[in-house]
Amino acid sequence: MEAIYAFCVGILTTCGFFLVLRGRTFTVVIGLTMLSYAVNLFLFASGRLKVDGAAVLGQSAEYSDPLPQALVLTAIVIGFAMTAFVVILAMRSRADQGDDHVDGQAPSSNSESNAADKRNG
Amino acid sequence: MQHLPILPILFPMLAAVFMLLPPLCKSTERQRVFAVTMMIIIVITSVLLLLTSHQEGTQMYILGGWQPPFGIALVADRLSTMMVLLTSVLSLGALLYACAGDDKTGMYFHPLFMFQVMGINGAFLTGDIFNLFVFFEILLIASYALLIHGGGKQKTKANVHYVILNLVGSSIFLFALGILYGTIGSLNIADMASKVRLLGEHEQSLAKVGGLLLLVVFSLKAAMLPLNFWLPKTYAVASAPVAALFAIMTKVGIYSILRVHTVIFGEDAGALASIAIPWLWPLAILTLIIGAIGVLASPNLRLTVANLVIISVGTLLIALAMQRESATSAALYYMLHTTLVTGALFLIADLISKQRGQAEDRYVVSRKITHGKILGIAFFISALTVVGMPPLSGFLGKVLILQAAEGFTEIAWVWPVILIAGVASLIAISRAGTTIFWRYSKESTNSEPIHPMKIMAVVLLLSASPLLVVFGGPVTDFTHQAAVQLHDTAQSVDALIPGGNK
Repeated sequence: MEAIYAFCVGILTTCGFFLVLRGRTFTVVIGLTMLSYAVNLFLFASGRLKVDGAAVLGQSAEYSDPLPQALVLTAIVIGFAMTAFVVILAMRSRADQGDDHVDGQAPSSNSESNAADKRNG
Repeated sequence: MQHLPILPILFPMLAAVFMLLPPLCKSTERQRVFAVTMMIIIVITSVLLLLTSHQEGTQMYILGGWQPPFGIALVADRLSTMMVLLTSVLSLGALLYACAGDDKTGMYFHPLFMFQVMGINGAFLTGDIFNLFVFFEILLIASYALLIHGGGKQKTKANVHYVILNLVGSSIFLFALGILYGTIGSLNIADMASKVRLLGEHEQSLAKVGGLLLLVVFSLKAAMLPLNFWLPKTYAVASAPVAALFAIMTKVGIYSILRVHTVIFGEDAGALASIAIPWLWPLAILTLIIGAIGVLASPNLRLTVANLVIISVGTLLIALAMQRESATSAALYYMLHTTLVTGALFLIADLISKQRGQAEDRYVVSRKITHGKILGIAFFISALTVVGMPPLSGFLGKVLILQAAEGFTEIAWVWPVILIAGVASLIAISRAGTTIFWRYSKESTNSEPIHPMKIMAVVLLLSASPLLVVFGGPVTDFTHQAAVQLHDTAQSVDALIPGGNK
């Protein structure tokens, strides 16, 4: 279980960081979302993974640490708000700059920018 | 008063909420009066809190009565109350300036401003590292919206960079918190400090990763090289009162480095003692150098001031890296001075750019500046202070930092770098002053009046500099005691958890 869990968090983080480093705001937003998923899973695991462990004392033979669950809840709420904000900001930026590149315009000149667009998908 | 420590967080929050509701939400005039009144009340509360914690020792506020390390605690010691007072005074200056008209260029300026003050005060007062994250997010989301206040292409572009960088920073912050909670098993700063030396060998390396990830996040906030490239553009495009308030934001990062890497990973942390110092030294010096280059290369006054912020960050980080009480005390004094003066400089740069028509604050020949005398005097005083010329507070702050390096081998690095950066800012700021005030093509045609409130704001912030010199004795005594308190981990742990420091 631990290995699969760690693998998932690792894959999500890698994809998140890769997408955040891209040039278009849409991919960056997707990347940020993946990073926040990864971080939520990671925080959840910081109290160790346990099967059949209730977070309330006396409910089961073993109990799990309730604090990471509270932390994850806070992190989810904050991450959600931030994602909503960054989506609106990306749309505003697209409207203001006339381009969805994070710098307002693609770094290359016009003839090359089409090729760059194809590369970036 | 029992509830004093939480008031600097509660007051701005309630003020912000009330300003979103009728009868205040419709009228800017009412909002202005209410906001300024509340801010004055917050300043008074901060003074009271500072005096209480100075005279009666560290104030604890245990929320909900859950005893630490299990519940959430606010810790008002000398350092945090000093930072809260600094924030309140700076915000009062920025708010007065905004009330002269800048708050009308966009919506919800006053509530956002108050939420930001709430976040900053909370970050300084919290004794719990997860709450530090929460307050960081509060101040950040308010700052995202404030940065774009007024609108415009440049602001949107700078804001996209700023928001994305800080969201990645927040993710890294959470990763670090997860690692630290998983290894140390606590998020209370004092509790972590007492537990970190008991870690086993496997956990030590993990905790080290967590501690250094925290350093990455804080250095993003503090704008330490190589994470400082967002700062000049962001600060230069922000509207003046917002930029002035942002002068404290880099200091939140510095404060967090100071708190986490002196208390948790300080000298008493066993195998994990001083893990940040080998990184801090070279990066602090390089930050200072790149700040000096940036100051010389800036094409307009606002960028110059933004680069001066980076120089001040570099200077502060060098003082932090020395990890001695005398150096920390000097850094705290310098922090008071530099925050208020860079805040004032952002306001002055805006006043100047309004007077020069098309040329704004760029270093080009344009028509003669109107109100040259009053702006010239304000610019001259702030320039002297920020460069570090006697007799004002910049000089005293730099001398204290240089003195702290005396007698150690670091002197070979610290003295030349700080002094050369001082010369660079002197050259840059004298070029700025001569171009703006003395080189003009024709007499001024129209004169735009300066709102008296704006002058008041600048005077309020600038008057701190001579006051810091006149009351230099008591202030340095206080910063010294704050530094002693910070470095004495045993005492701060004992205060929170009786008998926890075994």
